[in-house]
Order: sequence, then structure tokens, then C-alpha cells
Amino acid sequence: MRDVAVVGFSQQQMKELDGSPTCLEILVPIIQDLYEQTGWTKSDIGFWCSGSSDYLAGRSFSFVSAVDAIGTLPPVMESHVEMDAAWAMYEAWIKIQTGEVDTALVYGFGKSSAGTLRRILALQLDPYTTQPLWPDTVSLAGIQAREGIEKGLWDEKAMAEVVARSMTDAAANEWAIRKGATSIDDVLAQPVYADPLRRWDCAPVSDGAAGIILAAGDKAREARQRPAWITGFEHRIEPIALNARSLTESVSTAAAGTAAGVDGVDTAELHAPFSHQELILRNALGLPGDVTINPSGGALTANPMFSAGLNRIGEAASRIWAGNSDKALAHTTQGPVLQHNLVCTLEGRN
Amino acid sequence: MKVEFDYTRSLGPVLSQFMSALKQHSILGGVTSDGRVVVPPPEYDPITHAAVTELVPVSDHGVVQSWSWVAEPVAQQPLEKPFAFAQILLDGADAPLLHAVAVDSPAEISTGLRVRVVWAEDPTGTIRDIAHFEPAGDGSSEGSASMEFGAPEVTGIVSPVKLAYDYAASPEETKFFRGLAEGKIFGQRCPKCEKVYVPPRGACPVDGIPTTDEVELPDRGTVTTYCVVNVPFQGQTIPIPYVSAYVLLDGADIAFLHLILDIDAADVRMGMRVEAVWKPREEWTTDLNNIRYFKPTGEPDADFETYKHHL
Amino acid sequence: MGKVPAAVIGVGQTHHRAVREDVSIAGLLREAVDRALLDAGLTFDDIDAVVVGKAPDLFEGVMMPELYLADALGAAGKPLLRVHTAGSVGGSTAIVAASLVQSGVHERVLTVAFEKQSESNAMWALSIPVPFIMPVHAGAGGYFAPHVRSYIRRSGAPSHIGAMVAAKDRQNALKNPYAHLKNEGTTVESVLASTMLWDPIRYDETCPSSDGACALVIASEDAVAKSGIKNPAWIHSTQMRSEPTTAAERDQVNPAAGRAASAALYKQAGITNPLEEIDCAEIYVPFSWFEPMWIENLGFMPEGEGWKLTEAGETAIGGKLPINMSGGVLSSNPIGASGMLRFGEAALQVMGEAGEHQVDGARKALGHAYGGGSQFFAMWLVGADKPSN
Repeated sequence: MRDVAVVGFSQQQMKELDGSPTCLEILVPIIQDLYEQTGWTKSDIGFWCSGSSDYLAGRSFSFVSAVDAIGTLPPVMESHVEMDAAWAMYEAWIKIQTGEVDTALVYGFGKSSAGTLRRILALQLDPYTTQPLWPDTVSLAGIQAREGIEKGLWDEKAMAEVVARSMTDAAANEWAIRKGATSIDDVLAQPVYADPLRRWDCAPVSDGAAGIILAAGDKAREARQRPAWITGFEHRIEPIALNARSLTESVSTAAAGTAAGVDGVDTAELHAPFSHQELILRNALGLPGDVTINPSGGALTANPMFSAGLNRIGEAASRIWAGNSDKALAHTTQGPVLQHNLVCTLEGRN
Repeated sequence: MKVEFDYTRSLGPVLSQFMSALKQHSILGGVTSDGRVVVPPPEYDPITHAAVTELVPVSDHGVVQSWSWVAEPVAQQPLEKPFAFAQILLDGADAPLLHAVAVDSPAEISTGLRVRVVWAEDPTGTIRDIAHFEPAGDGSSEGSASMEFGAPEVTGIVSPVKLAYDYAASPEETKFFRGLAEGKIFGQRCPKCEKVYVPPRGACPVDGIPTTDEVELPDRGTVTTYCVVNVPFQGQTIPIPYVSAYVLLDGADIAFLHLILDIDAADVRMGMRVEAVWKPREEWTTDLNNIRYFKPTGEPDADFETYKHHL
Repeated sequence: MGKVPAAVIGVGQTHHRAVREDVSIAGLLREAVDRALLDAGLTFDDIDAVVVGKAPDLFEGVMMPELYLADALGAAGKPLLRVHTAGSVGGSTAIVAASLVQSGVHERVLTVAFEKQSESNAMWALSIPVPFIMPVHAGAGGYFAPHVRSYIRRSGAPSHIGAMVAAKDRQNALKNPYAHLKNEGTTVESVLASTMLWDPIRYDETCPSSDGACALVIASEDAVAKSGIKNPAWIHSTQMRSEPTTAAERDQVNPAAGRAASAALYKQAGITNPLEEIDCAEIYVPFSWFEPMWIENLGFMPEGEGWKLTEAGETAIGGKLPINMSGGVLSSNPIGASGMLRFGEAALQVMGEAGEHQVDGARKALGHAYGGGSQFFAMWLVGADKPSN
């Protein structure tokens, strides 16, 4: 395999984007920022790939006008996945592995606030026997959380610990939406909303966009002094039906983690839109207790659909660039209650 | 902005049997290769991937395995007042069904609670024939074990999807639409390639940077190309036949689509000079509909050379 | 490390119809997938990864339907990707699947593209009124008809060329057991006599709206050897290019992205004279006039002269460059699958498995798809011989 590294990362998140669902307003500055970070221009980029959703935007082909943010005359080699942009990055990484290109710019965007997000996501469910009941995201997560609580796998306090740590760490993240020094007692003092979940157990509805630049070998070393080299990049899916898989473990995350290799990881950015899901993921990945989890504050503090997963990789890479981590793991999820999971491991080399 | 459609879904053999049974107040599970009875029946076996062929009836009574309180129901859910979504293991099944349980508060539901189906008054052969579940006390039911499997009565369902979105224009579009409310057409020039875009763009599609310098454009221009729409479709708001044309305003570098009237569709030409016909001033809003349509100016047609690079 | 040679070893498709009321969405996909696996002599257990493609989710009203389909596609426990690049998606999905093998990451990849358009109405899904904008837009036909008019004006093509293409493709479809439209007796005259829908496009010059799916199995050089398949379709080159929907002075008739993609495709495959070296082409022609337009855009003929190849009958089976042997998009159009059907037909031709619509001795074939406002292009070149590059 070719040595490929993350060499650029830029993000924007907000509660409500005052702009169009194409998110051009924030994609343009993100792409400009990526050029500044690397010293590159459009002509240095070999491949482009984005992740977004028509249903988030409420119209067909919502990704089409987003390519204007690139400037695509002369034409570019470009693709799009209807997935979180972490999978767009996977497609780009594969493209670099074929040897056809040496660099790629990946971006994701979404304006979750345009509709009722927890209701729209019900359209992901089986269209015959489940979707017609409109089970919302929060309810499905609540069922999962209760199952774990009643099996004795975790409790309210363990969930509150995740929330408190996330919000406290997010204080240092300029892009976090829900943040500030928070204690476990502060969390437990919040009213229960969707029993067994408190509002703080659920990621805030967030708008946003993010971009990453990948580069192979010397090209990566040209852009960054300490590139975040990809050492493992794996993803797995599970059946969608809640009755066809174990909700309290994540076998797909475990399989992706094993394939990617988690040994030596000192930092992990886990995409857990609900507090108890972080507990499931940590367990699935077998992360030792001394691993720093979600130093950015994670998805509980900002969860822009279709870029939140890419953000995890960007956050992990940023810590490697800064020398705060030697080996970091980034995880992304999509689909109802952790259906589809991706693990990317990154390392800094001295 | 509303996105609403009644989707028509054909079911295939397994789901047709399942929905037909529901219409008769019976619930079927699928028997998978490991001998488990799964409700709703999967179409394909999770282990062998072969089509599931054996369906068996299960009870309409069961037990709650896990649940979550829905404090603020969203549109089209089974109940309008707060309720619980639950994983319900029906008697005779080995995997739980996700459905709604009607109770007044979270205090009235718990894992292990016995529940039974409340059937919808008018069965249609969908999962909504189970209106919801309710606490059953200690009752149990055999289900309808003597179901006959003939040709299924239900082979399709209609699934209404009603979504609402807030629509916001980009800052550049906003200026354009505000101008329209005052009867003005504003374009913007890309600071790099200097092309004039109307409407202005969040990013010049060539250079990837926002268009900036404002340029007021006249309300007349040239038809570059067009088609005559003669086909009706759902959601259409203009009577057919009508001419949908690309109009290149004088001074702009890009054409936009608009309607051509006051001329027989057969007489519209590429290169025809047109001008805007505005609605009465008191009806103006921030909308391109302020221009009702474009009509011929009567000027001679533009020379092909002047617009051939806009095709 | 160089690129791993990859080949198509299995092709499957559904019987395409206006409404496939006998199957669910999963059932539709499985019909194509099961045929592709059978053709490749493999089972789900042999597959390393699955790549799904389809056009907008609003067509079926299921958000990211690959999530629901994971189990029916035997993808549980495996990597699954979902590509969406508008109308070109069937092609770009096959290219992503090919790259998973060419990168050395996987040995055998199943890819499937589909559309079950009968669940909704494509014109509705494509023409939802957006606030502030004039609702003159009228589906894909309304979008493309003005550009067809521009082509006719620019090239000076006679007005019957579109009808010639439609008559040829409908005749070809009669040889394809899977085709949706089986309009016997379609002639240039009958096409010209059909209703004008989006002037200058007539009813018989448009594609139908179909339910359908197409699946391919793509294998590495090693996996081909192990498979026992003696006639794989080797992937010689793949390309994708994009450009904006609208831009000042953008050429909508002969788009830059299509020209750039085909030039790169030929270069990668070592082709210097496409008209002479390529034996047949299956290209994305949803409205008949796009045949001469794409002949030019793909560099088979100089600009303004594509229609001459059509008029001379050289694009019929038996001609110099047979185009759309399967009957093309004009005869079957499950939008999301349409691109993959083109790629699959190119593969069938060089495998020598195209049945009644086989081009004799086809050794190199082009598969092509485009989407959006003629702005997303995906294409591949497959051959009977292992690529030398």
C-alpha cells in the first residue's frame, strides 16, 4: 500500500447556518483555508470527493451546486457519496492507492436545521415494516440505552461521565455548540427527556461542513512537517433491523478496529451521537483506560450530519500534527443506532 | 418548503404475505435457517442469504424487551400524545418487533410488561394495521394459527412521506431577490474572471470564490435557446404548451430560464430579443415571479455570433 | 506498486419494466445480483465488499437505501459504499468498485445500481418548486431540449437524425431479452409522427421510466485466475470528470468534462484513434439527439459531424461503430442503474456474451454515462485482452 497522510483539515459548525442547504457559504472558506494550510492551489489536487444527503437538504442533487465551491472549469476528477464524508475520504484514499492520483480534497456538508432531523432520519429505516411508524433517532437510541442499562452494561452515571467530560473538553473547541465546564452532578440534575435519555445525552442538531486534504509520500511531506500517516482504514456494516443485531455491542466497529489495528493508540476521536454509544464503541475497540477520548468534545458537543465523521479524522490528525499524539484513532458512524462504522488510524513519524 | 409524496411500494412474496395477514388481524414471522421465528419476516435469510419461504403465525400478545419514552411525538408517528416506542417480543417469536405502546406516562411501562395489539379500525394491509400496543394484564392469545396461505390479497402499500423544510437563500441570492422586490435586476461580477453572473453566486463556478461587484442589469436581452413544454406533470404550475427559454440579459455572461409569452410558441426563435413583463408594482415580492414572463421587443434578432458561446 | 489488473467476471440485470410490482426494492436488486453471482460462479461468501449506486433518494423515498439493503445484499460484516453522482452514478459506482480491486484492497467486489422509479414520479422528484425561482423547469426533458436545439443549430444536422437514433435503438432492444420497451415496427417515420413533448424532442425520442437494476462482479487478476472464467472483460481504463451545471459561456452541447474524460480514457488505454480501435460503444443517450452529440464529445468524429456517422448507418450493429447494441437508455431507463447497464453491456460485448445483440469480434468496448446538467461523466474501456499498461 502507498503511504498516504492527512495534511489539511478545516471545519465550521453552527447551530443554524444562515444560508442555503448547499452550504456554499462555509465550503468556500473551508477550501480556501485548506489551500492556505498546504500552500497548494486547485491544480495540486488530483481527486475530489464529497459526502452529503439529498434528504437533509430536501431536494434532489443537492450536492451538485456544492461543486461550485471548487471551481470546476477546467473540469476536475470528482465523485460523491451519499454518506458521511469520512467515506468520501475512504473513496479518495482508495483512488490514491490505485496510483492514478497523489492528492485528494474531501469535503462534507449538511444543514440539519432545515427540517426536523430526528424525523427525517426515520426515512433510513426499512420502508415497509419500520419507516411507516416514523421511529425517530432519539427513540431508537433510547431503546438501545435502556437495554444496556438493564443488562448492567452501563448506568446513568457512566453516561453522565461521558457527557460531563465531553462538554468540559469542548470548552477549548471554538466550533463546539454545547460546551462548558460540567460535572457529573450537573448532568444528572438535568431532567430526563426521552426516558432514559436526557437532552445532553443526545448530540445537538448541528449544521456544518468540513474538508480534508490527503496526499501520498513526498507530496505529503511537502505540505506538513509531521503528516498524519494513515496506518489503517476499515469499515463494516450491520443489518439495519434492530432485531437482527445486538444493540449493546458494535460488532462492526470491533471488526473494523481489529482490521485497522488499534495497538499503541494514545488518542481516540469516537463519533458517538449519544452518550451511551461512546461506551459501546470504547468497549468494541478495546481501548485501554489511558487513551484520551474525544479531546475535541466529540459529537455530543457538535454533530453536523455528513461532516461530523470526517471531523473526527480531522481532529485526530490535528493532534498528530501538533505532536500531542503519536498514534490516534478516528471513528465514524452512520445509519440507525451504530449500523455502519468506520475506523481510521493515524500516526506521526519522527 | 414542502416535500410530500405518497410512495407506492410493491412488496414481493414475503412482505405481501405479511401485509395480507395483518389485514386479517394476524401477524406472521419468518422462519430463518437457524430455526428462529423473526417478526417482521426478513425477505432474505441473514445466514444463507436465500429467500425466506416459511412463514408462521405468532401471537398478537407479547412482552416489552426495551423501550424509550417519546415525550414530543413527531408528525405521522402512531400516536399524537406522548407514548413509548418499544421492542416487543411476541409470543411465538424469537426476535422483537419495534412498535408503539400507548401508556400515559413512562411510569406505566417497564421492561417485561405484557402488551397486546390494538388493531386499526380500517385495516389496509400495512404495518399501521397494528395501531399500537397496550398493556395486556396477564392475558394471552393464540393468534390465528389456522391462517390459510393463498395468493396474497395485499401486494403493495402506499407510504405517505410529508416533510417540511425551511428554505434559506444564500447572501448573494438574497441581494438579488431584494433587488427584484424593487423592480431591479442585480448581477454580480466574479472578481477573478470578471464574468457577470445573474443571479449572483455563492461561488463563481469557474473560480470557486464568491461573486462580488454588483452590476445592475437591464430587463431586456436575447433568447439563446429554448424548448416548448407540451407535457403535463404533477406539481406543474404553468398551463401547457409554454416556452421555457434561456434569456441572456444584455450585459450578463450567463442566461437564466424564464417563460416567453405574447407570441405563438411556434414563432419563438433563437436570437429573439425579449423584455420583461413585470407584475403590477403592488404585487412585487422577493421572487423571480415578479417578472411574469418575457415578451418580444420587436427588435431584429441578435446575430448568432453574439450568443453562440452561451449555448 | 502498480495498479492491480481487474476484470468483470459476472454481469446480471433485471427484466426492466415500467412497474416491477412483483418485487420489493430488495427483491429487484437481488434479481440482478443473483444473476451476476451465478454468472461469476460465486456466492455471497466469496464477496469482499459491496458498492451500491443510485440516483436521488427522493425517487424511492428511502434515505440512503443501501442501509436498509445491507442484509439483502449479503453485506453484513463487510464494507459497503454508496455512490451518488446524479445520472452518471451507475458508471461511477462501477468505477469505484473497480478501484477497490485495482488498489489491491479487495479481491472480489460486488457492485449493484438500481432505481425503482415506480415508487414515485421522477418528474415530480426532479421538479420540486424551490422558493423564489420560476417554475418553468419541466423534468429532464425540459432541461435538455434547449441544448438539443442548440446542437441542431450549431451542427446543421438534418431534423431526422434524432428519429434515426430512436428507431435503431428500439430495433436493437428487440434483441435484448431484458429491455423495457419492445416497440416492434418503430421506424424513422413513426418516430417523426410521435407527439412533440419538449419541442424539439418527440415522445419516441425520449427514454422510458423503468424499474430495474444491474450488478457486476469485479475481480483481481488472481481472483480471475481462480474463478475459472475464461472470457473476463478486462478493465483497460476508467475516468470521471465533473464541471458546473451552469457557468458563464459553458458549452452545454459539447461539455468540457466529457471531452476531458474521453481524452484521458484513451490515453490511459493507449488508444490513439478511437473510431478505428474501439469496436462498439454503449453510451448514455436518454434523448435520441444525444447520440450524435456524444459521438463528437467522445472524439469519435470532429465537432459538428457526429450526426454523419449516425446518418450513414454506421452506429447500427454491423456498422463501423455500433452504438447502444442493448437498445440503450432509450429502451430501458432505471436511472440509477442506467450507467451500470452501459458499463455492463460493454463488458458483455468483449466477453462475447451479448447474445443476439453481440457485435462480431468485439475486442474493445466503451461504456459511458453522464448526469446532472451534462456535467458529470463516467466512462470505462474494457477489452478481451489483459491490459498491457
